[in-house]
Amino acid sequence: MTLEYVPGIPILGPYVDPDNAPFWEAVERHEFVLQRCADCKTYFQVPRPMCPHCRSMDSLEWVPSTGRGKIFSYVNFTTDRMAYPAMKIPYSVVLVELEEGIRLTANIVDVEPEDVFIGMPVEVTFNKPTDSFTLYQFKKAS
Amino acid sequence: MLDEYRTKSYQAHLRPAVDENLIKDNVAIIGIGQTAFSRNSQRDELDLACEAIKNAVDDAGLSISDIDGLEALTLDRVSMPTLIGSLGIPNLRFTSEVSFGGGGACATVMHAAAAVATGLADYVVCYRSLNEASGHRYGRGDGYAEYLSKAPTLHYGYYFPYGFLTPLAWAGMYARRWMHEYGIKLDNTGWYSLVLREYAQKNPNAIFYGKPMTYQDYLDAPMIVEPLRLFDCCVDTDGAVALVVTTADRARDAKQSPAYIMAAAQSIPIETEIQTSYNRPIVSGLPETWYVGQELYRISGLGPGDIDVAELYDPFSFGGIIQLEELGFCGRGEGVDFCEGGDRIRVDGELPLNTAGGLLSEAYIHGFNLIAEAVRQLRGTATSQVAGAETALVTAGPGLPTSGLILRK
Amino acid sequence: MTTTRTVKDKTAIVGVAVSEFSRDSGRTEYSLAAQVVRDAVVDSGLSFDEIDGIVKDISDGIDPMYLQKAVGIEHAQFASDSHWGTSAIVSGITAVAAGICKNVVYYRSVNGASKRRAGNDFRAAKEMQDESLDLLRYDFYSPFGLLTPSGMAALCARRYLHRYGVDMSDLAWIPAVASEYAAANPRSAFFEKPMSFEECADSPAEVDPLRAVDCAPDVDGAVALVITSAERAKDLPHPPAIVMAAAQATSTEGELFSSFNRPDITGLPEMKLMGDELFRVAGVQRSDVKAAQFDDRFSFLVAMQLEELGYCERGDGGAFCAKGERIRRDGDLPLNTNGGFLGEGFLYGANVIEAVRQIRGTSSSQVENADLVLVASGAGGPADGLLLRR
Repeated sequence: MTLEYVPGIPILGPYVDPDNAPFWEAVERHEFVLQRCADCKTYFQVPRPMCPHCRSMDSLEWVPSTGRGKIFSYVNFTTDRMAYPAMKIPYSVVLVELEEGIRLTANIVDVEPEDVFIGMPVEVTFNKPTDSFTLYQFKKAS
Repeated sequence: MLDEYRTKSYQAHLRPAVDENLIKDNVAIIGIGQTAFSRNSQRDELDLACEAIKNAVDDAGLSISDIDGLEALTLDRVSMPTLIGSLGIPNLRFTSEVSFGGGGACATVMHAAAAVATGLADYVVCYRSLNEASGHRYGRGDGYAEYLSKAPTLHYGYYFPYGFLTPLAWAGMYARRWMHEYGIKLDNTGWYSLVLREYAQKNPNAIFYGKPMTYQDYLDAPMIVEPLRLFDCCVDTDGAVALVVTTADRARDAKQSPAYIMAAAQSIPIETEIQTSYNRPIVSGLPETWYVGQELYRISGLGPGDIDVAELYDPFSFGGIIQLEELGFCGRGEGVDFCEGGDRIRVDGELPLNTAGGLLSEAYIHGFNLIAEAVRQLRGTATSQVAGAETALVTAGPGLPTSGLILRK
Repeated sequence: MTTTRTVKDKTAIVGVAVSEFSRDSGRTEYSLAAQVVRDAVVDSGLSFDEIDGIVKDISDGIDPMYLQKAVGIEHAQFASDSHWGTSAIVSGITAVAAGICKNVVYYRSVNGASKRRAGNDFRAAKEMQDESLDLLRYDFYSPFGLLTPSGMAALCARRYLHRYGVDMSDLAWIPAVASEYAAANPRSAFFEKPMSFEECADSPAEVDPLRAVDCAPDVDGAVALVITSAERAKDLPHPPAIVMAAAQATSTEGELFSSFNRPDITGLPEMKLMGDELFRVAGVQRSDVKAAQFDDRFSFLVAMQLEELGYCERGDGGAFCAKGERIRRDGDLPLNTNGGFLGEGFLYGANVIEAVRQIRGTSSSQVENADLVLVASGAGGPADGLLLRR
């Protein structure tokens, strides 16, 4: 296990509002959904209240993602100078290009930072760093 | 595909005609002022701002009561009403602020220029004051993590809980992709930082004055956020810089030789975010800088070859190097080669760069110190003076909504 | 250069939109902002691609790029955040007049009543602002329970009453007439029927001497408008509101509602400077103005603006409004014809939009031949304003 938290230091949770709630509520259920426009089928990140192509506020929907993708870029936190105190170093933040074309960042939970590489196939997983919320994460594709 | 995408987004055909641009050649920077740059000012930002503004106004040969406009970044902690009261400015006719952190640096001058060009004000001061080193550090994520129990935004909510909450780390993601796409080797990137450190040795105001660096020093310094090493990163600074902007008519009577604005531009493309613009075709470049460059060249009628000195906003070294590519000083992926050995970017090279030491080695005053250095180059008073410098290009924070200027003698 | 150094008649407001105004929108500010910006651009007749400038108030939570992502605005090449009132609109006007960009959208989106926050960048910056150097001053207020603008404004109001020997009931026509206009305005969430002068005058004080009826209610809602060049405006569907003049002003020792260290705290010196500049640039007389939108976040500010903007002598602002005759639709200065902030809720930008409606002839209380309308914003702090004409 490469991803560990430091006990006793609070960790920030996602800010949930009516625009992004379906995403974070799904994560709580260990489901991974993406926002798209039902009319033009365009996927979005970040969540938004209107489709920028059709400019409709009624056509937005949340659909299940395959949760699979490849690492597009990554950074490694190897010193505590810029790392989040609640997380044990070293840890990686990876930018994953999902099969749907959307890119999302998260940690990779089962690969040492020095073994991460661009192009690595990954799939979504979930963890619960505190009692109060669940996060989506990525792991090496099975 | 890349160029096609960018050309579409730039929307050149929708831009105002150059002859409608009232700023071009009609506005000038006539005063620059600053405080000492330090790692611990032991003064508050209001105090620093007042000193820098007073120095800029003196430099312009004006008095405080001549000032009738103020321009700042939204993230400046100095309250404008308090500043007005502290300086004893009688009445102002124009104030506004620019968002997007350091990306707004040159835009403050552009907005001030719009105000003076349309008669809303006569003398506008643009300022930036911060205790980045001793106090509040944006670069460390202060002001977000410390004060909030929850990541505040629908977009930060995707980053903060993952320990991904500093501009440096966000930008590192661009850098890694750029290295991957262009085959850049980690250990080859040091010349940029090295040359800037050389410039700082001539500049007594620079934080790293008297602290030279060898290539080995660069390599030996710790990784901060891999792939960025310590000396790839800007130097947190306490200090303030102020600039006085007025019309060309008024500039003719100024105490100092004016630095005229040939072009000013700002870019906020649809896919941009504050250094986390990961959902667009290119993550390996800095499209906002490309857009600003295109617009600056279009308005000024100049090209990269006409620029005598460049002052590029470099919060980290790769940010400066990739801008060389985006602004057309070299091809894509060639920025590291361009800086190899350092000769091209030294004072007698083809593109003298960040001649006071830049944000890496002079000071990190959110790029306002770069604008001041460009003005000094055009006046002929820089510590590393480029012979016969007549044009200077200045950029603002890369990888987020940004801005830029071309100034001339 | 000298002749071009003006904003006079160079720009126009050509598109406007408002959301529903409510006590609880149930939506994010992001969602409200996207809706009104889309609607304002559609109203203007411009294409979304043509929008190349975005301005907003610094306290507005939605950064331009998020707005762009929802509404589909490809590339903004001018963006300004302004403090106070509607001064962002003035910045947008300078940008178009200076030829920096062609078409600017202004928006303001606030869940002021429900406090339902959008997910946005600005919340963080707001937190940072809260510990900004304003604290140097606010240290002296907050510990004593003087926390809100209404408290600080009430201090100025008390001194005004004292100095000019007037009573709050002398000013009660201001909220009464606002409620009349609001009752005629289907957007108002606050007044289904007007309040009488007596009801206003007799209502209990909230922050004495201010009564609830003297304070603009918080509201959830959003507004947007589109600025273009006067030239481009000629080809667009709606009659343009041409900007004859635009101005901003701040003055010495100024704070927001707490400029207590000025020799006199019973006036609005910024408003006078701003107004003088507007009329100087436009080259018109006070009496040429057919309707006005003053900043009525607090009712007594209307009296002060009448004085500072040259419509009556100092201390006579209340008397000017007596019986409401002069400020009603058929009076000599129809004032805040949508009900103002008192009637629609406190939302900057809505005042400018009502001025545009008057110019277009589409107000719920339309003034006959409203060919010149004055807007003043930012009373109690740095001021800004517009003179709009047909």
